Amino acid sequence: MNSVQNIEAFLPGHPFFAGLDDAAISMMAGCAVNAHLRPGEFLFHEGQAADTFYVVRSGRVAIQMRLPTEGVVLDTARDGDVVGWSWLVAPYRWTFDALATEETSVIAFDGACLRGKCETDPALGYALLQRVVQVMSARLHSARVRLLDLYGVRS
Amino acid sequence: MSMLPRPFRVTSTRRDTRDTNTLDLVPVDGRPLEFAAGQFTMLHAFGVGEVPISISGDPGRPETLRHTIRDVGSVSAALAGASPGTVLGVRGPFGTGWEVGSGRGGDVVFVAGGIGLAPLRPAVLEVCAARTDYGRVAVLYGARTPDDLLFADDLRSWAADHDIDVAVTVDSAPSSWHGDVGLVTRLIERATVDANRTLALVCGPEVMMRHSAASLGDRGVTPDRVRLSMERNMKCGVGLCGHCQLREYFLCIDGPVLPYDVLAPLMSKAEL
Repeated sequence: MNSVQNIEAFLPGHPFFAGLDDAAISMMAGCAVNAHLRPGEFLFHEGQAADTFYVVRSGRVAIQMRLPTEGVVLDTARDGDVVGWSWLVAPYRWTFDALATEETSVIAFDGACLRGKCETDPALGYALLQRVVQVMSARLHSARVRLLDLYGVRS
Repeated sequence: MSMLPRPFRVTSTRRDTRDTNTLDLVPVDGRPLEFAAGQFTMLHAFGVGEVPISISGDPGRPETLRHTIRDVGSVSAALAGASPGTVLGVRGPFGTGWEVGSGRGGDVVFVAGGIGLAPLRPAVLEVCAARTDYGRVAVLYGARTPDDLLFADDLRSWAADHDIDVAVTVDSAPSSWHGDVGLVTRLIERATVDANRTLALVCGPEVMMRHSAASLGDRGVTPDRVRLSMERNMKCGVGLCGHCQLREYFLCIDGPVLPYDVLAPLMSKAEL
């Protein structure tokens, strides 16, 4: 099984892609490649062009931000998680760093290519947007709850 | 006499985190304090005051009373800072327990947030002592930062020696931390459980428990199989003063552990 076939077989079982028809799955698989990262390798850096998004097949990715003294991890992504929505939102630039903290396998999707297809196929665009918004909503919820600092001392 | 403190002597102390200490105490009169996992005592620093503190020790070893205390005020500061030899007053044990034994034959999921791991620890130890009576067991633990994690040795031992799935996440961390960062509910989403035979015990800040119960519900665990430990202003410990009242429940005697199907309508009401 080559890489595209391997990805095409994987996608329908993933919640993010559930409900997409065969043609959409096939098209997305055609825009994707498998990639492997060693611990300490970055998927992307803050400020870089965001032309890719990732599905983590195994391993762990830290979403982090650089401070003057050290990095702070804001979130982690693990098996099955989707990393990155900046490819779909202008100005298409990463707002954080993404670092593999262990041996990590991902599927990398060509977001620039998918953006073009979404513009010519609004149904596909809406379907993808719905899915990306779900990821964004979950991350926003997580960030908001953590802003409450529930485990801190209540005054 | 449940209103009269019994003297207990601090035999050892351990610094858990920057604001949390664990004390081991023995009864001055030599009579062990039998307790059920999930119960609390009213712990008295003489001349300072008295507060409710959950028991974090092993119910199979009642000769030592263990409390894990976070310094959040004058009384808890006096208790957490007690040195070996100090005599503290103890009333109790009070309240309902986790009754984790009712989950025998099935899976058990412990969901802890922050200091909430302390009241759950006795129940985890109870499961460890009869591990073959249970199916899959998971301890899912969320803390503020890696430095705020409690019972690191226990977490390692539960995973390595007792076949327990231990998963830890923190709210934020420096990049030197290679574990998970995010809400404890993410750990619930990932946990391997058979919802139909799972008992879930949850302890932590109330918002965290509400979200955890909802996530457990999303996984198919019914509210009657989810138990939460509620925190209110316990004072008398015997259901007389009403300080800990949650509508018709006095949490010092009807709780602190109650099933989520009872608590859900109460937790959705503001200022109750």
